[in-house]
Amino acid sequence: MNHFSRRHIVKSGGALIALGASGAMLSRAYAQETVKLGLLHSLSGTIAIAEASLVDAEKMAVEEINAAGGVLGRKIELVVEDGASDNAVFAEKARKLLERDQVAAIVGCYTSASRKAVLPALSRAKGLLFYPTYYEGLEQDKHVIYTSQEATQSVVAAIEWLAREKGKSFFLVGSDYIYPRTCNKIAKPTIERVGGKVLGEEYAPLGHTEFSSIINKIKAAKPDCIYSTVVGGSNVAFYKQLRAAGLDGAKQTLLSTVVSENEIEGIGKDNAVGYYACMGYFQSLKNPANERFVKAFRAKYGAARVIGDPMEVAYNSVHVWARAATAAKSFDPAKVLSAAANVELDAPEGKVRVHANNQHVWKKVRVGRAQADGQFEIVWESPNPVEPNPFPKL
Amino acid sequence: MNLEIAAMQVFNGISLFTVLLLMSIGLAIVFGLMGVINMAHGELMALGAYVTYLTAAAFSKFAPGWMDAYLFVAIAAAFAVTSAFGWLLERGFVRHFYNRPLDTLLATWGLSLILQQFYRSVFGPQEVSVPLPQWLSGAWEPIAGIQLPLNRIFIIGLTAVVAIGVYMLLTRTRWGLRVRAVTQNRAMSAAVGVDTNRVDALTFALGAGLAGIAGCVFTMIGSTNPGTGQLYIVDAFIVVVFGGVQSLIGTALSGLAIAQSQTTLEYLMSGSMARVTILLLVIAVLYFRPNGLFARKTRS
Repeated sequence: MNHFSRRHIVKSGGALIALGASGAMLSRAYAQETVKLGLLHSLSGTIAIAEASLVDAEKMAVEEINAAGGVLGRKIELVVEDGASDNAVFAEKARKLLERDQVAAIVGCYTSASRKAVLPALSRAKGLLFYPTYYEGLEQDKHVIYTSQEATQSVVAAIEWLAREKGKSFFLVGSDYIYPRTCNKIAKPTIERVGGKVLGEEYAPLGHTEFSSIINKIKAAKPDCIYSTVVGGSNVAFYKQLRAAGLDGAKQTLLSTVVSENEIEGIGKDNAVGYYACMGYFQSLKNPANERFVKAFRAKYGAARVIGDPMEVAYNSVHVWARAATAAKSFDPAKVLSAAANVELDAPEGKVRVHANNQHVWKKVRVGRAQADGQFEIVWESPNPVEPNPFPKL
Repeated sequence: MNLEIAAMQVFNGISLFTVLLLMSIGLAIVFGLMGVINMAHGELMALGAYVTYLTAAAFSKFAPGWMDAYLFVAIAAAFAVTSAFGWLLERGFVRHFYNRPLDTLLATWGLSLILQQFYRSVFGPQEVSVPLPQWLSGAWEPIAGIQLPLNRIFIIGLTAVVAIGVYMLLTRTRWGLRVRAVTQNRAMSAAVGVDTNRVDALTFALGAGLAGIAGCVFTMIGSTNPGTGQLYIVDAFIVVVFGGVQSLIGTALSGLAIAQSQTTLEYLMSGSMARVTILLLVIAVLYFRPNGLFARKTRS
């Protein structure tokens, strides 16, 4: 056993050490190649109904970016957290993402309440949040980029379209919280401006399932149009009961700014047929970017899945962040934020552009009519992207 | 308010009454007769709703020609599945908490959270859509201007059948006699040879099964998602407590009172204000009659 000389052992030991060192160097080099992005949505709890699917779209965007070489030469590493439909959990997880994981940015939140809950954490860590849900406006935090439509972008266009095409008397129905009340506050002067009349305004408590009295009030008022901001499970009850009461989509014009393809799955295609929705994105949009997007999404998650407006915006948000970071040549949130102004994206919904100074997004508005297959037929589209105006003067 | 609208409002009141009665009758049995505060009652309704969803899915896949009849199968299946689950629940879980009301409250609340997350994991967080049979869609128009939704007429009829059935079961059968005996005096019933464990299990199973029927029927007017049960549980408790625990007739009358005042108030003021007013009325009544509006007079 003498040929196992000491020198041999020293040599092989050295080789081993060298190997280990190069391994460590490799892994460090690999660590340098990634950049962390946080996703923070409710994957459990009551809001998961609407919010969980956003993560799927965001993951797909990340995969696309990574496949194309990443951002600034670095691959994106995802850190996904569950806000559990609990605003306190949102705040805590946002802090964890920013301070412990040190993510470059967060894409997340759905309800305004959850967004408000993470603002202190963002301000403390000087972080950056991309907020991908349509909301009521009235906010412009210096750590947030709002990538979906704020209320004026959809409500004004929707009311003008209804008054032009369907008639000038309106009945406003909503769930009783800030989004519907703000939307109606914008809707009422708009209705006045177009020479219309508000015949009634009703709010049902969140989660309400008994709409028969409101439906009777609608029947008594006989409006040309119903503008609805009823949300969540209440929507299912509202649509089902409207139809049962004889006010189906063939007889009564109803337009909602919250019912996307996703909601129709729960409402039931039969119950939603003929009603209108006003959104930035519909899955049925015909353009090459959207066809690519829908095809890729279905290939990844199955042909049965539908894509609603918030999912597409969630997908855009990741891309907008990547563009902004590329433009900033840095992942520093402050630099990314200032570079984000005027960033443009050829999204599935068409061109979207971050506003030069209010952190919201220029985007087109569309009205669609629900079809028997649960998809929307697009009946109107704004000729140009609409300017975001989060603090409207009414 | 013209005459047609007034007629439809009265109908709405009756319809809401049957909805409230259907959702609280199971609870009235479990809470009223057995004294078990079951916070997971709403999730038993959700279970009934999901069984309905599965039944509809099975029919549309294997027997699309019989789709119109699926609802009857679904009602039976919902009752069978939830009552079996209720039986297991009583034997394996709830009976260990008898005479410990606060522990029952917490344990069943925990159970309700577990069930919600279970539905979320199995059926997904999204709403599921349960189709309405063709013959129940649309409205009956007795005279021009009055439309009475067919599905609500069906619910009224079904609730009448269920309520009368439960009433007969409790007052006209040997088993009902035993239930009432155990409710009134457990120790004495056991002494004369009533198997109180068995009675408890069957009573709980019946209450759970009725929740299942309610959940099945509510798919016609409401939504079906993991949190559906939460929408109904508060109303169900209010009806039972307001009517006076231990009195099924009280539950029915309280359901009627709440339903009629709610539909009337909702027409006169906003939905949220109507709800506030109802709750204030309930509080005021319970202040003066702590045992509920229709509590039986007892010597104590």
